[in-house]
Amino acid sequence: METPNLTYIEKLSGGDEAFKKKLIAIIKDEFPEEKAVYEKNIGIKNFKLLADNVHKLKHKISILGLEKSYDIAVAYEENLIEGNTKGKEDFDKILANITSFLTTL
Amino acid sequence: MKCIIIDDEATARAIISQLCSNFKYLDVLEEFTNAIQAIKYLNHNEVDLILLDIHMPDFTGFDFIDTLKNPPKIILTTSDPQFAIQAFEYECIVDYLVKPIELTRFEKAVQKAKSIPVKSAKNFESLISSSENVESSSGNDLYVNIDRRLIKIDIPSIYLVEAKGDYINVKTEEKNYTVHSTLKKIEDKLPNNLFLKVHRSYIINTKKIIDIEDNSVLIKKDIIPVSRANRPELMKRLNLL
Repeated sequence: METPNLTYIEKLSGGDEAFKKKLIAIIKDEFPEEKAVYEKNIGIKNFKLLADNVHKLKHKISILGLEKSYDIAVAYEENLIEGNTKGKEDFDKILANITSFLTTL
Repeated sequence: MKCIIIDDEATARAIISQLCSNFKYLDVLEEFTNAIQAIKYLNHNEVDLILLDIHMPDFTGFDFIDTLKNPPKIILTTSDPQFAIQAFEYECIVDYLVKPIELTRFEKAVQKAKSIPVKSAKNFESLISSSENVESSSGNDLYVNIDRRLIKIDIPSIYLVEAKGDYINVKTEEKNYTVHSTLKKIEDKLPNNLFLKVHRSYIINTKKIIDIEDNSVLIKKDIIPVSRANRPELMKRLNLL
């Protein structure tokens, strides 16, 4: 499993520590909310909403430098659009990986 | 350039705002979490550039552009590279940025937007309206199938029908009904002297209009976008002073 990193955020902040902290705080707030919505929609098997949820989470995955995970998320989103959950296990591992990483920040 | 950011994701808005801060000629006036809020803002404010997310729930970036009569310059910000071809259909779209957005790529896009002359005209036309000249409906009933029951709806009581994926939401004075059907099917069943499709996702009862503000219609408490293509027909229906 890839390790999330802050390379993109640091490059974007250009040494602006206040912005870096602010962005990390936003991600720490928003990611668990998006993950919770995704998990709720898994329960009701609403594939369209699930695809939307994965789409949104995909951005966080890319921001945290998880390139291979991003490709997995793209494939999973496409599967959801087609009405199947193939790739769910791998995607859920990515979410767990990010959750764990965010607790270290 | 006066600009606004429209994106339902807080992280994306923060990133785009930070990217904008690198360029003195970009003045971010407002940030919006959805397109409807932005439409209301644009009814009273002029901007030169919109940084617009495509993939938003209920109302996409393209839906938003369709409501603008004279759209300002738009840079699309998206995680969906597949929409690039569709973006070429819009003259107002000056660039297409795939997230996560890098500073160098962002700079290229805003420079491109800057090099295009700023429109001086007001972006959105004002409309003055009244709906008094709409003829009364025939009073027919409409039966909808919900959970294997055929439920009767009084057609004149319907004020709004909205598309929601594979379903339509029929809103009446008394109750809302979610029906597995399409907007096209119900459009064929509704009297066209009373109902009008104002957007690809909305049919309104023109008799229930409270007011019209540029590119949106207020019906009950719902603000409904009016797309450019459907605006002339809506205007024809109104008893304009």
